[in-house]
Amino acid sequence: MACRGRRPEHGGPPELFYDQNEARKYMRNSRMIDVQTKMTGRALELLDLPDEKPCFLLDIGCGTGLSGDYLSDEGHYWVGIDISLAMLDAALDRKAQGDLLLGDMGQGIPFKPGSFDGCISISAVQWLCNANKKSDIPAKRLYCFFSSLYSVLVRGARAVLQLYPENSEQLELITTQAIRAGFTGGVVVDYPNSAKAKKFYLCLFSGPSTFLPKGLNEIKEEEEAKESTFTNKSQAVPSIISQPCLRHRVPYRIARSGVVRKMKTREWVLEKKERRRRQGKEVRPDTQYTGRKRKPYF
Amino acid sequence: MKLLTHNLLSSHVRGVGPRGFPLRLEATEVRVIPVEFNPDFVARMIPKVEWAALLEAADHLRLAEVPKGPTQGYEQDETFLRKMHHVLLEVEVVEGTLQCPESGRVFPITRGIPNMLLNEEETET
Repeated sequence: MACRGRRPEHGGPPELFYDQNEARKYMRNSRMIDVQTKMTGRALELLDLPDEKPCFLLDIGCGTGLSGDYLSDEGHYWVGIDISLAMLDAALDRKAQGDLLLGDMGQGIPFKPGSFDGCISISAVQWLCNANKKSDIPAKRLYCFFSSLYSVLVRGARAVLQLYPENSEQLELITTQAIRAGFTGGVVVDYPNSAKAKKFYLCLFSGPSTFLPKGLNEIKEEEEAKESTFTNKSQAVPSIISQPCLRHRVPYRIARSGVVRKMKTREWVLEKKERRRRQGKEVRPDTQYTGRKRKPYF
Repeated sequence: MKLLTHNLLSSHVRGVGPRGFPLRLEATEVRVIPVEFNPDFVARMIPKVEWAALLEAADHLRLAEVPKGPTQGYEQDETFLRKMHHVLLEVEVVEGTLQCPESGRVFPITRGIPNMLLNEEETET
């Protein structure tokens, strides 16, 4: 993880930076684990995979398998690629459930076309922007990465890449190569006004253009901690339903909570629309008619 | 490395393209690790499987009871899905090699991890 003063990419190549010491941090440092886990959750949310279906995913820069564990917990199967043997060894020790590959993303993703239902990457892609060998040309490596990624994704699949761009030029370099490779999409920025919480997610679509999800925004300082907790489909409407793990459709929720009247209120409808906007779905604007009482025959 | 992964891996050596599939698998150490059976997932992966490559790999690993192809209505055939689950997800190659059929380049597999790092002459960039 990048420390505040110096960017790790300036100190040398990733396979040397991510040595056993660094790997140990990913295993022991609870704050690091927490941040990585939250980013994985948000990336998965932005990936917008079909509900309740186990998917086959690619994890670029999988490292010690922190993000992979999250994918496994959600019922998905995954393959991880990382350039650091030390990190992959740690992943083996942690019994990561995905298949691991030692590889350099800048050399291309060595898979058949249409292999993966989606791709995530946490804190890795910015490493492509720095040339570590004399022969490295970042733009070429980025293009090689993106074009092979485009190929190995199923048509219409998404790639969500969380990264730490050094500056806007770097971000532009990255997005240019992604577009050249055939992707559409854009950058979602969460908490743009907070230096600490600000996160960039490059959301790439390999099919026809889709609505880009809205970045998260903090409302007040004291609410910041709550805001950085991403929402997922099981934490549906916390203000109304106190039970946490309700992944079921509305009728079951009614039966569970026994509170029939609270369903389908205007408040609930507005919350649901906001949730769908965060997922990047197309949602009609909120008007005075939203969630109004309809006539009985409706 | 699972056989499902092997069935999707393709060599990215420069100039090889689609002729880089399938990678020829040789194994000196193989392990069987139980994995929870998820029929939905197995059924979804069946259309992606390249059967000739799978059968060849299973042959090299001397696996028994490998279905020769998808049966009619395989989505509901639990016996078939369980066999495929075992072959694709429970057989792990721990030590071995993968060879690119076009360039002959060998990628070693150590502790279950294939080393796909290319040197400078072999990369597209």
